[in-house]
Amino acid sequence: MKIVKHAAAGLLAGAAFLPTGAALAAWEVNLPVGVTELSREIHGLHMLIFWICVLIAAAVFGAMIYSIVKFRHSQGAVPANFDHSTKAEIIWTAIPVLILVGMAIPAAATLVKIEDTRDSDLSIKVTGYQWKWHYEYLGQDVKFFSTLARKSDAARQVGSGIDPYTVENYLLEVDQPLVVPVGAKVRVLLTAADVIHAWWVPAFGMKKDAIPGFVNELWFRADTPGTYRGQCAELCGRDHGFMPVVVEVKSKEEYESWLADRKGGSKPASAPAPEAAAPAEQTENAEPATATAAE
Amino acid sequence: MAHAHDHAAHDHHDDHGPAKGWRRWVFATNHKDIGTLYLLFSLVMFFVGGAMAMVIRAELFQPGMQLVDPMFFNQMTTMHALIMIFGAVMPAFVGLANWMIPLMVGAPDMALPRMNNFSFWILPFAFSLLLGTLLTSGGGPAGGWTMYPPLVQQMGHGFPMLIFAVHLAGASSIMGAINVIVTIMNMRAPGMSLLKMPIFVWTWLITAYLLIAVMPVLAGAVTMLLTDHYFGTTFFEAAGGGDPVMFQHIFWFFGHPEVYIMILPAFGIVSEIIPTFSRKPLFGYDAMVYATASIAFLSFIVWAHHMFTVGMPLAGQMFFMLATMLIAVPTGVKVFNWTATMFKGSLSFEPPMLFALSFLFLFTLGGFSGLMLAIVPADFQYHDTYFVVAHFHYVLVPGAVFSIMAAAYYWLPKWTGHMYNMTLAKWHFWLSTIFVNVLFFPQHFLGLAGMPRRIPDYSTQFADWNMVSSIGGFGFGLSQLLFAYLIFATVRGGEKATDKVWDSGRPHGLEWTLSSPPPYHSFEVAPEVK
Repeated sequence: MKIVKHAAAGLLAGAAFLPTGAALAAWEVNLPVGVTELSREIHGLHMLIFWICVLIAAAVFGAMIYSIVKFRHSQGAVPANFDHSTKAEIIWTAIPVLILVGMAIPAAATLVKIEDTRDSDLSIKVTGYQWKWHYEYLGQDVKFFSTLARKSDAARQVGSGIDPYTVENYLLEVDQPLVVPVGAKVRVLLTAADVIHAWWVPAFGMKKDAIPGFVNELWFRADTPGTYRGQCAELCGRDHGFMPVVVEVKSKEEYESWLADRKGGSKPASAPAPEAAAPAEQTENAEPATATAAE
Repeated sequence: MAHAHDHAAHDHHDDHGPAKGWRRWVFATNHKDIGTLYLLFSLVMFFVGGAMAMVIRAELFQPGMQLVDPMFFNQMTTMHALIMIFGAVMPAFVGLANWMIPLMVGAPDMALPRMNNFSFWILPFAFSLLLGTLLTSGGGPAGGWTMYPPLVQQMGHGFPMLIFAVHLAGASSIMGAINVIVTIMNMRAPGMSLLKMPIFVWTWLITAYLLIAVMPVLAGAVTMLLTDHYFGTTFFEAAGGGDPVMFQHIFWFFGHPEVYIMILPAFGIVSEIIPTFSRKPLFGYDAMVYATASIAFLSFIVWAHHMFTVGMPLAGQMFFMLATMLIAVPTGVKVFNWTATMFKGSLSFEPPMLFALSFLFLFTLGGFSGLMLAIVPADFQYHDTYFVVAHFHYVLVPGAVFSIMAAAYYWLPKWTGHMYNMTLAKWHFWLSTIFVNVLFFPQHFLGLAGMPRRIPDYSTQFADWNMVSSIGGFGFGLSQLLFAYLIFATVRGGEKATDKVWDSGRPHGLEWTLSSPPPYHSFEVAPEVK
């Protein structure tokens, strides 16, 4: 039985086998390296801070464990009676300050790059709705909704009886993904129609809130074609867990032809061109793009 | 340090004991009785909030929606947080303050005993209202304990009950804080200057000022939610010229000091326990006091690190990043001082010390993930993922909650006059420490791998660690039944505890000069402190 099998797998944490073929990154323990310069820089920062923390932890926990093992009452340890040392206290105030400055400098440099949204090649307005995303290619007359794929939506109903492992990219598939050209600096303008949402694609390294009445911006430049998946990251109500973000990064030519098709046949957002989505998801593409998440 | 000269002079006057029956509790003005009420209330809420956590972990045990509707899941995450923060952790610390501050400063009682009664008895009403929202149409709050608008405005008929529950809990906290400050400032035994006070008293004094500073801010913020909802104001509605992000700024101006309200008394407890079982004075007492005060000050200027993704100006992000990182300095001083206290000591490992040591390791771990979260570019990845959930649970569960358990094991023999079952208490410790890590450590991995928080279902790639985490959760939850059993068993009876309780020769402070249990009215004649 599946539950039992997974329970056994769970209990064997650390054992290196995947419980099912559908698991993409089972037992994943670290931030994945992304496909944009920013995400790689962020990953580098993450690893830098992580290793600094590991070093500090080794020193601090080492001192604690040494004290616990060495100065045991049961082993007849006799307590000393000192209760302060100005020299020690100055040292362990000053050294952390230096370490922090060392962390802050690269962090600040990356932050400046993140905030530089100038000279973008393409602007896309992203609007968060309960519970789907709306994408609008500014100046291109292309806009459409992006909703949780039908298979996932059927499987995620309470007591659906559908095993999530039989659904490819369970909860991380949409009817119509966002399509962007590889190597282009894409500026994303974020807002929301009802409550606050947050648009996040881990592979791009960026997450930002979509706030009703306000426009936020972020940018990314994906340098590898592929399909990248993320989720809404700000609690937005009942189906917060069911409004994924899927971005397809295509070659310049593929993107242009996709865009041309969309312009031709996308006037009513409810009639998406079949080319709009990945071939594997043909059945889901037939679904009207305006279909709302099941209530 | 404090040392008592004369304490046994309570027989000169017509000593009356507690009232009989329910009157003793409903009309309680004795700090010990009110402390007990607070602690028991907190224990009940700990299990109520814990039951909700079990629902959450059961639903997340495997991918797919098996047990509850997503809306109910959101109600559980929201209520779990509100109950654990306002109903379990904060009242537990107030209970400890009630019991221990008068005993530690040599005062006969809290300064304002009737307000003390009031501040406690508000709480059952506040939490009845809060839990009552689950019975209203639309159910309980489901927009997260942070109550962000516009989402919180979608709540059903329970909305005003949520707001008034927060108001009441806040009023209770403010009264409790006033009582603590007035007691400490005015009722210390002769000779106990501020820098001779036990460190637990110091941390509570600073915590009380934080409470008075920020609880009214929270009350203001939720009142604006209320008027937005019912009276047509648009404080947080963009359509009417308001700003939903302004709520977040106001909320976190309360919320960040609130984080320290839940950890500074924990620092105080650990600073009492480690010297006792290291048989060595606390290292750097003055530095500890100044570090606590620095943390309290910094807590007011770092709030926006909870909301880096709302879109702030670059300068704002830089400032909040640097200010947040700075907190690591005084916090580091504390960890180093605790370590230095143990260094060249003579350590024994009774249950309070075990919990304090677990606190020391695991709180520090939570500090590291906090430092990582302070780095804004990295926070753009971590924000609102399970990495954050892992971080704050590490500082709140093996942090704040373990310190409360350490305090219970440290002072329970003093309060009841009975020793508890050491073997069972050690079992409780080991089960809690192992399961808390099985529960929360994998959540770091989940967050880094990309799992957002507050979702009732997840992609199959997150299945394995979620199952591990849930197993840890069930184990941790069940282990706490042992804690409840131990407390009730110890209240009812047990081996007689000595006045000093701990034979390490070190427990210093006025509370150990009293009998175990202490007389109903203690220090009617102030002890003298050298």
